[in-house]
Amino acid sequence: MADQFNKGMARNIYYGGGVFFFLLLVGLTFDTMLELPKRDNRENITAQVAHGKEIWEENNCIGCHSLMGEGAYFAPELGNVFDRYGQGSEENFRQFMQSWMAIQPLKAKGRRQMPQFHLSEEEVNDLSAFLIWTSRIDDNNWPPNKQG
Amino acid sequence: MKFKSQAVAKPYFIFALILFAGQLLFGFILGLQYVVGDFLFPYLPFNVARMVHTNLLLVWLLFGFMGASYYLVPEECDTELHSPLLARILFWVFAAAGVATILGYLLVPYAELAELTYNNLLPTMGREFLEQPTITKIGIAVVCLGFIYNIGMTILKGRKTVINMVLITGLIGLAVFFLFSFYNPDNLVLDKYFWWWVVHLWVEGVWELILGAILAFTLIKVTGVDREVIEKWLYVIIGMALISGLIGMGHHYFWIGPGEYWLWLGSIFSALEPIPFFMMVMFAFKMVRQRRYDHGNKIAVTWALGTAVMGFLGAGVWGFIHTLAPVNYFTHGSQITAAHGHLAFFGAYVMIVLTIISYAMPIMRGRKQGNPIAAQKVEAAGFWFMCLSMMGITLALTVAGAYQVALQRIPEDAQALSFMATQDKLMPIYWVRLAFGGTFIIGVLMYFASFFVASKQAVTESQPEPVAAAVEAA
Repeated sequence: MADQFNKGMARNIYYGGGVFFFLLLVGLTFDTMLELPKRDNRENITAQVAHGKEIWEENNCIGCHSLMGEGAYFAPELGNVFDRYGQGSEENFRQFMQSWMAIQPLKAKGRRQMPQFHLSEEEVNDLSAFLIWTSRIDDNNWPPNKQG
Repeated sequence: MKFKSQAVAKPYFIFALILFAGQLLFGFILGLQYVVGDFLFPYLPFNVARMVHTNLLLVWLLFGFMGASYYLVPEECDTELHSPLLARILFWVFAAAGVATILGYLLVPYAELAELTYNNLLPTMGREFLEQPTITKIGIAVVCLGFIYNIGMTILKGRKTVINMVLITGLIGLAVFFLFSFYNPDNLVLDKYFWWWVVHLWVEGVWELILGAILAFTLIKVTGVDREVIEKWLYVIIGMALISGLIGMGHHYFWIGPGEYWLWLGSIFSALEPIPFFMMVMFAFKMVRQRRYDHGNKIAVTWALGTAVMGFLGAGVWGFIHTLAPVNYFTHGSQITAAHGHLAFFGAYVMIVLTIISYAMPIMRGRKQGNPIAAQKVEAAGFWFMCLSMMGITLALTVAGAYQVALQRIPEDAQALSFMATQDKLMPIYWVRLAFGGTFIIGVLMYFASFFVASKQAVTESQPEPVAAAVEAA
C-alpha cells in the first residue's frame, strides 16, 4: 500500500466503518421491526401455531428439512408444504398430515426415511397449524414454484 | 515459546483435532446417507448425524480459537497469561459439556433430550446449528465469559498491540452475539431474523476479526515483516469485512419475511464481501514475498497462504455466485448453499485453526524452527489432499445444485420435478462428492500422521536463515 496511507487512516476505516455500519444495521432492524407486522401475519399466531412451532423444534425437523429455504437439504422444503398438498383447504391438509405422519417410516429400500415421531393427533394438528401459518408469511414470493 | 503459560494452548489444540476427526466421520456417514437413503436408519437418522457434524465443527473451531488466543495473547502482550489455572479448568468444563452434549444427541431421541434438559423452561433447541440443550448453551456462554476474562486481564496488564485489540474485539463480539441464541419467540420470522445475529454476525462478522488476528500473528512470526505494515493491512481487511458484512446480512433476509429493501441492500453489500477476502490473499502473498528470513516451519507458511486463498474461494467466490437476489431466488436452500458452506468454513475457519496449530504446536514441542523436514513433507501432502478434496466436494455440490435448480426451481409448477425426484437424478454427483469426502479423510489421516513422523529425531535449533535480499538491504 502507498506510503501516504498510514496505519492511523487504516484504523479509522476499521473503527469508523465498523461503528457506522453497525449503527446502520441497528437502525434498519428497528425499521424492519415496524414493518414486519404487515408481513408476518402475526395476528394469526394462535396457541396452536405456537405449540406447533415447539413440536417442530423439539423433533429437530430442521435437521433434514428446510423451512423457508433454511435448514438441511436432505428432505423437502416445508415452508410451502401447505400450498403443495393442501389444495387450498386447511381441512384437507390436516388430514393429509395425519395420515402422512402415521405411516412413517416408509421403509422403501434405499430411500431416505423419516423417523416415526409418535405424535398425538392433537400434536399433528398443531404442527399443521404452524406450517399453514408459515406458508402465509409474505416472503417475497419464495419459492419460485410449488415444489419448493 | 516465550512464556510458560502459552503451553495451556496445547490441550485445546489436541482436543480440537480429535473433535475434527469425529466431525469427518459423521460427515462421511451423511454423504453416504445422501446416496443410500436408509443407511444406519433408524439407529442414526440423518438429522442426528448432521447435528453431530455441524456441532462438532462449531465446538472444535471454538477450541481452536481459544487455543490460538491462549498461545498468541501472552506473546503479543509480552507477559504471562493472567490465569493458566482458569484456562485449564475451563478446558475440562468445555470438553465435558461438549462430549456430554454429543452423547446426548447420539443416545437419546432429540425430543427426549429436550424434555430431560427442561427445554420448556427456556426453549432454545431445535434450530439449525443451535440444537444444543439450553443448559449447554448456558455452559458455552459461561466458558466464553471466563475465557474472555482471562484473555482480557492479560491484555490489560500487558502490551496492547493491534492484533490483541482486534482479537479481543472479535472474541467479545462472539460472546455478545451468542446471547441472541437465547431469544426464541413464537413468531418464526422474528426467530429467524435474530437467529442470523448469531450465525451471520459470527461467520461473516466477528469471526473474521479472529481470523485476521491469527493470520496476522502467524505472518509476523514466519516472515519477520515489520509489525507496522502487517497491522495496517489487518485494519483495512477487517474494516472492509465489517463494512461489507454487517449490512451484507441482508442476503439472509430475502425470503424469510423482512421487507423488500433488503433485496437491494443484501445484494449490494454482500457483493462487496469478497473484497476483504481478496485483500487477505494479496496481504498473505505480499508479506511472504517481503519476508525478512526463511522460517524453518515452511508448512506453516503454506497453511497461512492456503487459508487466504481457500477462504477467498469459499467465502468470496462461492458466496458471490449465489448472493444476488435474482440468483438467490432460485438457488436459496439448494445444494449451491451446501457447496458454499463447505468451502467457506473449511477455507476460512478450519484452515486458520490448522495454520496456528501448524505454527505453534512444534514450538510447544520444543522445535522452534518447525517439525523435521520429513514430517513437514507429510503434512504438506495432507494439506494438498485436504484442499483438493474440499475443492472436489465443492465442485460436485455446485454441479448438483445447478442441476437441482434447473430441474426443480426454474420450471413452472406443472413441469417442475419434485424434491425427491430431483434428488434421484443427482445421485451420480452425490457419489462423486462422497468419493472426495473419502480422499479428504485420507488427507486428514496424513496430517495426523505427520505429528508422529521423525518425532524421535534430534531437532536442530538453528537460527532462521536471512533471505538474501534482506541481507543485501542491510
